[in-house]
Amino acid sequence: MNTFRAAGPMDQFEIVRIVDLSVGSIDVSLTNSALWMLICTGAIIAFFFTATRRAAIIPNRVQSTAEVLYEFVSDLVRDTIGPEGRKFFPYVFTLFLWILIANLFGMIPTLPGLPHEAHTFTTTSHLAVTLALSMLTITIVIVYGFWKNGIKFLKLFAPSGVPPAMYILLVPIELVSFLSRPLSLAIRLFANMFAGHIILKLFAGFVVSLVGAGGVLSVMGLLPFIGAIAVTALEFLVAFLQAYVFAILTCIYLSDAAHAADH
Amino acid sequence: MEVEAAKLIGAGLATIPLAGAGVGLGLIFGNFLTGAFRNPSASAANQPTMLLGFALTEFTGLLGFTISILILLEIF
Repeated sequence: MNTFRAAGPMDQFEIVRIVDLSVGSIDVSLTNSALWMLICTGAIIAFFFTATRRAAIIPNRVQSTAEVLYEFVSDLVRDTIGPEGRKFFPYVFTLFLWILIANLFGMIPTLPGLPHEAHTFTTTSHLAVTLALSMLTITIVIVYGFWKNGIKFLKLFAPSGVPPAMYILLVPIELVSFLSRPLSLAIRLFANMFAGHIILKLFAGFVVSLVGAGGVLSVMGLLPFIGAIAVTALEFLVAFLQAYVFAILTCIYLSDAAHAADH
Repeated sequence: MEVEAAKLIGAGLATIPLAGAGVGLGLIFGNFLTGAFRNPSASAANQPTMLLGFALTEFTGLLGFTISILILLEIF
């Protein structure tokens, strides 16, 4: 395989096996996707290990960063779910940090000339990963909703204080809205990362082809280069925003489950 | 019409929702700013709601994008 081939914008999403493994007929190979998930998880663990190893009343720089992150998510959970949201804090914190780090690590540029196995990979740009995360959230919402409210959890679909005739219209709408939640959570994160990285590589590809064309056209290559810088800045914003949106929507759905019997 | 050409036209048409999403996002941020300038002390408390509206509106555009990609990559 020629490692210097001009990569198209879709090549970055290709999943390649690094270590071939299989259990029975199930393929459990270590792929570049799995490797980057491990790198993200390892980085988070290493960061918090360093931050809390010598915890002091007057925090050092690493500890303050960890405290800012902790308080940010803690405020988010408290404001959205209320006091009973405490028990969901570890889940939301893990979810937020993991998505944030996975998105940000996807922004690391790949060194040219490396084999495909060593390319930077954005794990959150695959629907399989984001759908697994969103289904985990919805499973927790449903299980906790029925555990806390019993059958009254179904009041989520039929809010009180509505004329009875409206239920014919309201219940199907609420039902569809609830069923589309896992899909919308997953597709939002996936499509944002996917589209953003395609645009990034598309602009980079314009630079290469314009500079390669020679003459006046190579000077024109400066325009998509500036565009690529702007898109990179936008992608950093999107990486944070999507992690935040995923976390806040998880909180809102959990809040629905916690207070389903109240309305 | 050839199937290949129809597919490409369809993929292009599937990006039309982006227009609606663009208008919607402009409305959300514009209206939030209008409100925030009138009452700056209330703006911080309403930021999560604004971002929620942003996320839900953006989803309609992304759905169009996803369908366009599904047609282009011939996943069906």
